[in-house]
Amino acid sequence: MSKPREILLDPLIDNNPIGLQVLGICSALAVTTKMETAVVMSLAVLFVLTTSTVVVSVLRALIPASVRIITQLTIIASMVMVADQFLRAYLYEISLQLSVFVGLIITNCIIMGRAEAFAMQNKPWPTFLDALGNSAGYALVLIVVAAFRELFGSGSLFGITILPTTSMGGWYEPNGLMVLAPGAFILIGCFIWAVRTIRPEQNEEEFHVGALPEPGYEGDLR
Amino acid sequence: MEHSARHTVIFTTALCVVFSLLVSAVAVALKDRQDENQRLDRIKNVLLAAGLSQRGESLSRDELNQRFEQKLEAKLVDLAKGNFVDTDDALDYDQRRAAKDPDRSRPAPDNGAKVQRVPDLGLVYLIRGESGGVDGVVLPVEGYGLWSTMYGYLALEADLRTVRGITFYEHGETPGLGGEIANPRWQAGWPGRQAIDEKGEPRLRVKKGTAGPPERDPYQVDGLSGATITSNGVTNMLSFWLGDAAFGPFLDSYRNQQEAG
Repeated sequence: MSKPREILLDPLIDNNPIGLQVLGICSALAVTTKMETAVVMSLAVLFVLTTSTVVVSVLRALIPASVRIITQLTIIASMVMVADQFLRAYLYEISLQLSVFVGLIITNCIIMGRAEAFAMQNKPWPTFLDALGNSAGYALVLIVVAAFRELFGSGSLFGITILPTTSMGGWYEPNGLMVLAPGAFILIGCFIWAVRTIRPEQNEEEFHVGALPEPGYEGDLR
Repeated sequence: MEHSARHTVIFTTALCVVFSLLVSAVAVALKDRQDENQRLDRIKNVLLAAGLSQRGESLSRDELNQRFEQKLEAKLVDLAKGNFVDTDDALDYDQRRAAKDPDRSRPAPDNGAKVQRVPDLGLVYLIRGESGGVDGVVLPVEGYGLWSTMYGYLALEADLRTVRGITFYEHGETPGLGGEIANPRWQAGWPGRQAIDEKGEPRLRVKKGTAGPPERDPYQVDGLSGATITSNGVTNMLSFWLGDAAFGPFLDSYRNQQEAG
């Protein structure tokens, strides 16, 4: 097994869940119009990912293979509901802005992916590190994207005006593309491009429609 | 590892029980806090619509409660008859929930705001004036925009015709386009407009383009560029909630009452 340090740091750049595996895109588009929502969403994912994968890891010997996916989902869904309840109780206004996207963490492939690909085979401690690393990787992309979107789309960061917009009487004409989902798509594309320029080994081999992986090929979970 | 069917059944049952207990425990423990948040959020929006607080002004819980108690009075209104209903717990009334309950609501007539059901009782807030009289009234409004239902409050002046303010506290319109309904600068164009004309008909509409000043252009509000459907949704919302099927009868009778004495 890899060293704890690798498990923790690998998902930041080298194996970023959004950047390399292109998972969790739905919420990355939806909650990144503002820094505040992106940070809270990242924390919610951190909580759900660590708690649910650790629970899966603890129970892994008991989980019957035939119902393992639904078992993981039950655990994940429960943790998402717990996170949602806490947000509604302690961060009410942000929870209104996040609306359905907290609930949709259940369907975030990063969490299912880590539970199935890592927690089912590993002890709780490495699983915890893996979850931390993957949440940090997710958070990194969300926060970078949100910083661009909020700054250029609304002229502010964390709600503090940096570029006074024309609609508020300033000089900055906000870029409307940034507040819409396609803006996030383009930014995530740029992020992936930047990472793959630094780390060319992340580039996939040329893709052929219909080509099957060779027998015995064990690829990463995509 | 292979497990027996017996193990699978016991495991899944135990799993469900344990996790449902966990989720229920958390939900029950946090319920009071959540309800309180919801109530404060409602108060905050009513105060905003009534012009009794400013956007961006951060008020503590106590300040919100205090200002609300000083300036506003929650009242229930029988929407069909238009009279007040005597009750002490108007503040606990959830109009949105009541509208979904067949025993406490009726189907709405066909309307552009796509309101399906109207509650029997409406929750209004009277704005108290300095001298003890009523300075205005805040009405809850809702209507369908482009993507989903927009919820807000409309405040009217004491004549029950002139707009005092408007606010939207929940909507799913496109940020930067229809989402501008939540922009304070757009909402600032509302006060002073005439929501209801001399005949008692709702007449205010969101036009395409820019409206003139309220004195010259009393029945129109600036349109939202790039958001015609949202703009129309707001117009339809006003004509429904100020119309006969909703707050119309109340506004008429209350206005007569005020004018009579």
